Amino acid sequence: MSAISLSKVVKAYGKLEVVHGIDLQIAHNEFVVLVGPSGCGKSTTLRMIAGLEDITDGDIRIGDRLVNDLPPRKRNISMVFQNYALYPHMNVRDNLGFGLKIAGQPPRVIEERVMEAAEILGISELLERIPAELSGGQRQRVAMGRAIVRHPEAFLFDEPLSNLDAKLRVQMRTEIKKLHHKVKTTVVYVTHDQVEAMTLADRIVIMKDGYIEQVGTPMDVFNHPVNTFVAGFIGSPPMNLIPARIAGDAVVLSDDVAVPVPDRLKAHVSDGMAVTAGIRPDDMTPVGHGIHDTDQMAAVELTVELAELLGTETLIYSHLAGHEVQGKMFDPRDVAEGETLEFRIALDKLHLFDAQTGRSVRAG
Amino acid sequence: MIRYFRTRQAALTPLLLLMPAIVTMLFVVALPLVFSLWTSLTPYRLTRPETIEVFIGIRNYVRIFTDDDFWAAFGRTILFLAIALNVEFLLGLGIALLINKITWGQRTLRTIMMFPMMFSPILVGFQFKFIFNDNIGILNNALQSLGITDQAIPWLVDGRLAMFSIIFAEVWMSTSVFAILLLAGLFAMPRDPLEAARVDGCNAWQVFRHITLPFIMPFAFIAMTIRSLDVARAYDIVQVMTDGGPAGRTELIWTMLARVGYENARMGQANAMAYVSTILSVAFTYFFFTKLIAARRYMGGAE
Repeated sequence: MSAISLSKVVKAYGKLEVVHGIDLQIAHNEFVVLVGPSGCGKSTTLRMIAGLEDITDGDIRIGDRLVNDLPPRKRNISMVFQNYALYPHMNVRDNLGFGLKIAGQPPRVIEERVMEAAEILGISELLERIPAELSGGQRQRVAMGRAIVRHPEAFLFDEPLSNLDAKLRVQMRTEIKKLHHKVKTTVVYVTHDQVEAMTLADRIVIMKDGYIEQVGTPMDVFNHPVNTFVAGFIGSPPMNLIPARIAGDAVVLSDDVAVPVPDRLKAHVSDGMAVTAGIRPDDMTPVGHGIHDTDQMAAVELTVELAELLGTETLIYSHLAGHEVQGKMFDPRDVAEGETLEFRIALDKLHLFDAQTGRSVRAG
Repeated sequence: MIRYFRTRQAALTPLLLLMPAIVTMLFVVALPLVFSLWTSLTPYRLTRPETIEVFIGIRNYVRIFTDDDFWAAFGRTILFLAIALNVEFLLGLGIALLINKITWGQRTLRTIMMFPMMFSPILVGFQFKFIFNDNIGILNNALQSLGITDQAIPWLVDGRLAMFSIIFAEVWMSTSVFAILLLAGLFAMPRDPLEAARVDGCNAWQVFRHITLPFIMPFAFIAMTIRSLDVARAYDIVQVMTDGGPAGRTELIWTMLARVGYENARMGQANAMAYVSTILSVAFTYFFFTKLIAARRYMGGAE
């Protein structure tokens, strides 16, 4: 039995349909991240689970209860909002205990749970302060504390870190992960940041234009993107996508650039097929600066147009077969603009997508 | 030596620049205050100007404090204030909440809502005097035509009904002060805490009671400050509708004050009353401002 299950859930505003019949099963204690560009319907989906938005069609179940028509307060879930949504006129203690107080819990229980949550989040010293006196990170902690005191069936996070500065965001990301280990509960987490999705999720749900594009573990969606959208969205810097054509055993990128079709993909392509070749920057490196020589390898020459020094690696911008591409130089040395370098492409990491449908050739 | 003057000049500059404001305040506020305070310590009569020079200490104050009629007017003013402010607050809140829900025609309604404030209080007084008139008034006429009563209800002649009628007119004219300020509060209200409260287990009433209401109270306090000053000096509507009658049953501080000062020409005693009334207003303002400041402390954390 799933903790949360969505079946054929549709959301429409008047005639405008924004979520088109999505199906999703979320297991108990699973950390699921909904990710996608803005306007993809991920926040709407989360708000439908919370009950803050009505569903137009389909069913949502939390535990074994059908919650389609239940108001948020009867769904036994808690939610952390992007703007923290703390109650401005209450101090931290009352913010944390508010839900329990409304539920009619005795003061002793409220006090106990508030202290417990404050302990977990390290905000015990802030209990008497009001939200206006807290920093962004502290407010975020209080918002999470307010979610955990109620021991709900599921936590819903709506872009909780996007108002924090970069450093704090990384720190809070780790804390959310730790929090999930401590209080084992089902989590549905919405973000537009694929790094957050990759680092936090047990499973990632990638959405676009109101459809689910792919559901899988972070490793799965990174290594086996089902289409060019997922390929381009997951991974930073994004995968290089180059239009190409299959000619015999070769992937022809342009008249003078061709690479062999990897063995594992041979069964999935046919002669003359129009494809999109996908290569992650990590899998295209100058000789001696990343990929070790194997038999699954191709060689290309690239002229450096721009080199971005990142410390442990250098990002190299160039053109391959007339398309802008990025490669990575690990263990970098100084490179000059205009310098031509011989690159290796790891063919076992090469992705091929049907040029018509955008779908991975492996997916058929 | 020159340097010494230069620094002296630099030190004087702020004072010099503030001089016009200081002089204006002195003439417009401080002097009249001192003058009226002085006259409240004299038996000053408008008809006998020389009496302004006779100092009688606090005898005017003793006289009004021992005067039952004054205390009756004082108490009535506070009652009038309490009822009018609370009714206006409740009605204004209701109107603001309703208008906040409207999606179409909201601007127009907001404007229409302000109409009563556009009329002169004297005219509002006359209009309600006509409406409440027991013989030719439209209200009695309507009640009788609808068969609700066959008697002419003495709206402005019976003491209690007269008070009710005045409060009614006052509320009609000024509820929109509350409505517009509370509406501004509702517009400024962030949506997230409302949704958080719903997820936290609140039903609609609990959301309103625990989240919305505390948030808009500072706006209510602003309205109450403005209106308490306004109502505490109520004169025009009362003067027009009942002239303090019947038999002084609607006499408020300021109608009494005007009677003593201008009709009886006893300006010294009237000024003593005015001082008491001013202290009353200051007390109300102080009360609401304290509330406002306490409530504003958290407003910064709304975001």
